Amino acid sequence: MTGAVLKGKAITYGDDVNTDVIIPARYCTSFRAEELAQHCMEDLDPDFLQKRRPGDIIVAGNNFGCGSSRENAPLAIQGAGIACVIARSFGRIFYRNSINIGLPILESPEAAQAIAEGHEIEVDLGAGRIRNLTTGASFTAQPFPEGIRAIMAAGGMVGFVRARLGVDAPTQPGRGSKRSQG
Amino acid sequence: MGMTIAEKILAAHAGVHVVRPGELYFAGLDLVMGTDVTTALSAEVFAQMGAQRVFDPDKIALVNDHFVPAKDIAAATLAQTMRRFAERYHIRHYYELGSSGICHTLVPDEGLVAPGDLVVGADSHTCTYGALGAFAAGIGSTDMAAAWALGESWFRVPETIRIIFRGRLPEWVGGKDLILRVVGDLGEDGARYKALEFGGHTIEDLPMAGRFTVCNMAIEAGAKTGIIAADDVTREYLRGRARRHGEYHRPDPDARYARTLEFDVSDLEPLVACPYSPANVKPVSQVEALPVDQVVLGSCTNGRVEDFRIAATILKSRGVHPKLRLIAIPGSQAVFRQLLDEGIVAVLAEAGATISPPTCGPCIGGHMGVLGPGERGLFTTNRNFKGRNGHPTSEVYLSGPAVAAATAVTGKITDPRTLMG
Repeated sequence: MTGAVLKGKAITYGDDVNTDVIIPARYCTSFRAEELAQHCMEDLDPDFLQKRRPGDIIVAGNNFGCGSSRENAPLAIQGAGIACVIARSFGRIFYRNSINIGLPILESPEAAQAIAEGHEIEVDLGAGRIRNLTTGASFTAQPFPEGIRAIMAAGGMVGFVRARLGVDAPTQPGRGSKRSQG
Repeated sequence: MGMTIAEKILAAHAGVHVVRPGELYFAGLDLVMGTDVTTALSAEVFAQMGAQRVFDPDKIALVNDHFVPAKDIAAATLAQTMRRFAERYHIRHYYELGSSGICHTLVPDEGLVAPGDLVVGADSHTCTYGALGAFAAGIGSTDMAAAWALGESWFRVPETIRIIFRGRLPEWVGGKDLILRVVGDLGEDGARYKALEFGGHTIEDLPMAGRFTVCNMAIEAGAKTGIIAADDVTREYLRGRARRHGEYHRPDPDARYARTLEFDVSDLEPLVACPYSPANVKPVSQVEALPVDQVVLGSCTNGRVEDFRIAATILKSRGVHPKLRLIAIPGSQAVFRQLLDEGIVAVLAEAGATISPPTCGPCIGGHMGVLGPGERGLFTTNRNFKGRNGHPTSEVYLSGPAVAAATAVTGKITDPRTLMG
């Protein structure tokens, strides 16, 4: 996810948005991102699916993604076409899961505070820069620790483990095509 | 400068003498636990990782508990995927219906966790095992696949918050009330990225069942893990179960804590967490008399033999209120058999409880007791988020088994001290 510049409208939420409202367990018999996306946020924000456009950015308060360990939560958000989640802070399992599956997340209390619903946001993931194109304000996200950056640089945990196991050397043709996000 | 228990366990598993909060380590794992709801995705990711074998088939536990007995075809397919993975990779601790149970009741009872262990589980309540003096943390499915492949996981060393309980617990007050007190105080994110270390005389006197309940809900304050120093109570529990002796860590006297909270619990009232947050905690007296449609006794929080003994004491010769549904869920097959032996199943059945097989069902709004529109539940489970237990307009209050049983008798939220005099 390093290097990319994203641009999208902000969809805002408050504190403690838990994984049960991001994707209720009753739908977690599936782990396909596109199926999960159909129910993303439905108990908290029934309009989410209607209003979100591919590339939109979720901006939330404290402890986004708290609760259950279900990876279905960041998958649902990813499947809904959300490009990035900016929050004041994240629940720790959601934080790990997002990094592992390659859903860009940024911690920035200042941005979380200042960005309002519908604001046009630009995010430079490599530099950790967040610009509010509507107001002109800009913010710097908390940098990721080096160990986590290594996982991000590999595109997520699948790439990281493949490198650790040495399964990609020498190149095995066709192997990479199976790596669609489940 | 000394270390907390969490720091000592991480240092031992990262192969270093000292760790400090904020540092990041890859550390070796003693157990990796998954369930029917998280394992199928891990199995797929494991294949994508190109892994040929698991790091150690003896250090992986796979437990059928969330959507079991299979609630529909999709759930059956998830369980099938886990079953096939277990067969293919010769997973030693695979638990099938009939010998399974709710993972956080089953796994410690099976002796799979020893004091000082480093454990990850693809379930957020994996922190339960901290009651044995282990460092146990919840992870997602991709992390679990990586753990299977590598035998290690990355950890950012958490700061530790120390929680000291003093005083003797009053009658009808237990582990659930202790942890609700803490979560109510800290809030849903008060321990985010941190470890909780529980101690004090109240904890030293607390039996293992209560200790599991306390550590189980550390995650509800956002904690990475909740730990209780292993002691003679732990040793006694592990006798005949443990497969290894383990390391009985104690915090150093000069360990550094992010903060220390002290609670005198000698006057603690039975507590409830009100909708829609486990941190929205009130004394039961403030919500008494609210009518309740369904009570659930069970879950990884309160599904142990001791919990049902308390409930049976209250329900015996009283009976369930005719307008209320009581669902009792023994935490495992072994718990169920013990409840049969003690005559508790008979007491519950005579009182009018529906006895469910061990399952997470109603705790996650999956099956076996989902709430309808506008219904109110009182559950001994751990979360009451909007929509978690059923229709988004339903609501759940969380309590210990005594409040739950008293409520089942009267049909409205009831202080067990009032009912039992």
